Amino acid sequence: MTDAPEPVFTEPWHAQIFALTVYLNEAGHVTWTDWAARFGATLKRHGLERELDGGDDYFKAWLEALETFLNERAMADTAAVEDLRAAWKRAYLTTAHGDPVTLDDVVEP
Amino acid sequence: MGAREEARVWAGLALWTREFLRGSLPDMPHDHSDHDHPHALLPPEPALRVKALETLLTRKGLVDPAALDAIIDTYENKIGPRNGAHVVARAWTDPAFRAALIADATPLVADLGYYGRQGEHLVVVENTPEVHNMVVCTLCSCYPWPLLGIPPGWYKSDAYRARAVRAPRAVLADFGVTLNEGTAVRVWDSTAEVRYLVLPLRPEGTDGWSEEALMDLVTRDSMIGTGVVTVPE
Repeated sequence: MTDAPEPVFTEPWHAQIFALTVYLNEAGHVTWTDWAARFGATLKRHGLERELDGGDDYFKAWLEALETFLNERAMADTAAVEDLRAAWKRAYLTTAHGDPVTLDDVVEP
Repeated sequence: MGAREEARVWAGLALWTREFLRGSLPDMPHDHSDHDHPHALLPPEPALRVKALETLLTRKGLVDPAALDAIIDTYENKIGPRNGAHVVARAWTDPAFRAALIADATPLVADLGYYGRQGEHLVVVENTPEVHNMVVCTLCSCYPWPLLGIPPGWYKSDAYRARAVRAPRAVLADFGVTLNEGTAVRVWDSTAEVRYLVLPLRPEGTDGWSEEALMDLVTRDSMIGTGVVTVPE
């Protein structure tokens, strides 16, 4: 282990999923105990397949846990999330480089 | 792609764009040749899924995007091991504070502005010549965020989470920590409700040092228990 400073979050989306979860907790939509139990179970399941290094794989488990958790609680329906994911992807692919990417101009299915 | 590489890519693109506008470059620098025009860089798949979740929750009025940015700013820039070092240095210099900290740390650190917004309880475990304390979270990665910030990657790794309990001395050796034969190792498993902070041993030769000077010695790892505090030569 080195003393070199490590970035707090190595990918922007790690920070975003972290903030989203903390916000939902602080706003009273999710208790941290329920969340930790769910996330812990997902990490354990992923860890059975291969050893997790605590980086990207850790946040992938976090994302999967949050998606299923919010779907079960009727806060974020899986199909609706998938539609928006596809819409964001189209938005990125159809926005000229340098322009802000938004969902405004995307025709939703 | 890490943030650093991403920054490099952006810098490269900016340079290329400047050259292109001057007409000195014939072709695209990356493989977008199958498109008629360059489009915005497509984020990785998980990033799109996070954006989708955030968009849906925002549209439902469950999430405020500005508040998310504020949370990220706080954890990236305002919270870190300096908070924990402040508590440790105070405990080393103020016996009454130290006693109160060991008895019930949560309200005491909250008074200093370091409170857990996840409603967790903070327990400070004190190292002595007889006992060395070490913290892990075998469930996920519960950690005293208000005092140490976001945990390092190794704290979240399966390797640490499994081995800290099974073979703590071997883990300590990996971190370059060798304890005296007679020192016992006690491992504390964090939960969503209880987070631990190690109060490391104050190094010898620091009598009379100010709280600020002592703070500079206290490392993050020493407060997780995978390091000890030393005075630089």
